[in-house]
Amino acid sequence: MQRFIFKNKNRITLINGILIAIAFISKWAINNMNIFTWALIIASILGVAPIVIQAYQALRVKVVSIDVLVTIAVVAAFLIQNFEESAIVTFLFLFGAYLEQRTLHQTRSAIKELTEMAPESALKQMDNGEFEEVEVDDVDIGDILLVKTGAKIPVDGTVLSGEGSVNEASITGESIPVAKEKGLKVFAGTILDNGTIQIVADRVGEDTTFGKIIELVEEAQDSKSEAERFIDRFSKYYTPAVLIISFIVWLFSRDIELAITILVLGCPGALVIGVPVSNVAGIGNGARNGVLLKGSEVISDFSRLDTMVFDKTGTLTAGNPSVAEKEYYGDDIEKALSYLASVERESDHPLAKAVLEDIGEVTYLAVEDTEVIKGGGIIANVDGHRIAVGNVALMKREKVELSDRVKADVARFERNGNSLVLTSVDGELKILMGVRDQIRPGVKEDLQRLRRLGVKNLIMLSGDNQGTVDAVSRELGLTEAYGNMLPEDKSEYIRRLIEDEGQIVAFVGDGVNDSPSLALAHIGIAMGGGTDVAIETSDVVLMNSDFGRLPHALGLTKATARNMKQNIFIAVGIVFILLASVLFSDWMNMSIGMLVHEGSILAVILNGMRLLRYNLKKI
Amino acid sequence: MKAATIQLEDLACPSCTQKIEGALNSLEGIDEDSIKVLFNSSKVKFNFDEDGLSIEEIELAINRLGFDVIKSRVR
Repeated sequence: MQRFIFKNKNRITLINGILIAIAFISKWAINNMNIFTWALIIASILGVAPIVIQAYQALRVKVVSIDVLVTIAVVAAFLIQNFEESAIVTFLFLFGAYLEQRTLHQTRSAIKELTEMAPESALKQMDNGEFEEVEVDDVDIGDILLVKTGAKIPVDGTVLSGEGSVNEASITGESIPVAKEKGLKVFAGTILDNGTIQIVADRVGEDTTFGKIIELVEEAQDSKSEAERFIDRFSKYYTPAVLIISFIVWLFSRDIELAITILVLGCPGALVIGVPVSNVAGIGNGARNGVLLKGSEVISDFSRLDTMVFDKTGTLTAGNPSVAEKEYYGDDIEKALSYLASVERESDHPLAKAVLEDIGEVTYLAVEDTEVIKGGGIIANVDGHRIAVGNVALMKREKVELSDRVKADVARFERNGNSLVLTSVDGELKILMGVRDQIRPGVKEDLQRLRRLGVKNLIMLSGDNQGTVDAVSRELGLTEAYGNMLPEDKSEYIRRLIEDEGQIVAFVGDGVNDSPSLALAHIGIAMGGGTDVAIETSDVVLMNSDFGRLPHALGLTKATARNMKQNIFIAVGIVFILLASVLFSDWMNMSIGMLVHEGSILAVILNGMRLLRYNLKKI
Repeated sequence: MKAATIQLEDLACPSCTQKIEGALNSLEGIDEDSIKVLFNSSKVKFNFDEDGLSIEEIELAINRLGFDVIKSRVR
């Protein structure tokens, strides 16, 4: 019986609505009060059935739920033979619940999309050597699995045999396929675009990187801020309190109508659901856009951010040095470049790699009599010419004359934060190259956006020398920048910002070296793609370490925080209006109360849903 | 102690988390502090003692509240 009623709750709602319509049609059109009354009686009994069951179940586990209030109100209305009210209230309550379910489903859709990307089955090698399809839960560590073209990789594992290319967008956000062969790692939830591979399972289920991402998002959308925990505690006592108040009102006024109206008005729906709805929609929008937000506390802190502190290398800059500027002097540059490349090819100095990358394909020549000058560079014989490659000091030592033009170029390159590579052929300067760790493309614009979104200070901390740091800071227009900082200096700096200056601080940095700073800051954001460290240490995870998602993340948290406040305002405002109208006006009754109550729940859900479409405008 | 995750049909009503928590609290053998009802993902997570209580009994208790259990996993 119980099951039957629950299964057909939507149908009951529909029949209930039809009966009420019939009742009013017969009253107004054919003026038949008999049909009117009986239709409403049946509608009341039918409609209250699922509510009574829910109320009973709640009471059994010692919870005074909203169903209890509604049940008492409806039964009381029925007993005083106000069938009109009892029928309409049950209908509104059931129909409201139906709409809530539908709209809530919408707000949760973004996260559902993510969780539905989880693999469900796997081809597992059985004892007889054959592969059979099993549920992904039945895969254990060490099992050998077959993955065919187009299939989802079911677990984190290592390729045993075969080759293929894998789309790792679900983990890294990067949709360019990655080639996989024997010995390489593959990740659960990624898709084998082509090829066939056999893998051995290293981590399964919730321990896989994808499993962790899902768990993080699921827990985040249900995490509660201090305000929500307060509302929760409040509503636990609020509903019983409403029950007692309406009983007292009845005791003193002997007015059952008034008492049951208070019961219905007291339902705390919008208050309880308003904040979680904003939360889930905001986090869902983030998940869809490559920003994982770890819960509502993070949203609240992030939205009130004062200061953002960045690590330099690998965060603001690309992390590998490259040739940023170069000048050529005199003729035969082509030859000079091939001499330079030939010499640098034999060096394992980090600058040499950058130089070679910049030159590209040339004919390499035999290099003889190579001499490495410590702190200077390399001298060698190539094709019968004396080649010197190194810094200004080496050129002096080689008695290479530097013209005024060269001196000006050197000064400019140094000011821009470059390390210099000069090349001379037979004592004549041919090439000047400036090598530096270049700023990631788009970072400057992103920082400006952050500023426009209200971040007051943009600060950079780096282990590099102050000169390089100043050059980067000038280019990016940062508020402050400090060089020569060890990881502990950075965390000390952040501690001072938080404790002495009372600022709300976010730290953006490397997940490994900077973990103390990440932990200390209110908001830690690790650049590290879908690596475990990044996921575990940060409060905000940027998929694929995409710096460009930061402004969206900040804008989104601000919009979400605003949305929560609006919802609290709607919920509390409605309660006050209802309360005032029951005390000071005579148009308020149970049905209108229920209508407003359900309306306010839908209002907060629809308001929350707006966040799903939030997109940071070009600002 | 075993850790269990139960996936339920979509939770919609604000008070259902309270009800489910209440139902689990009333069962002997569940670690009360570990109970987490995830409203949005419609999941229940908790630790329980397998000696006195089976996962089927727990599922039944939730089911009797009117929530359908879609999938459960014990580790």
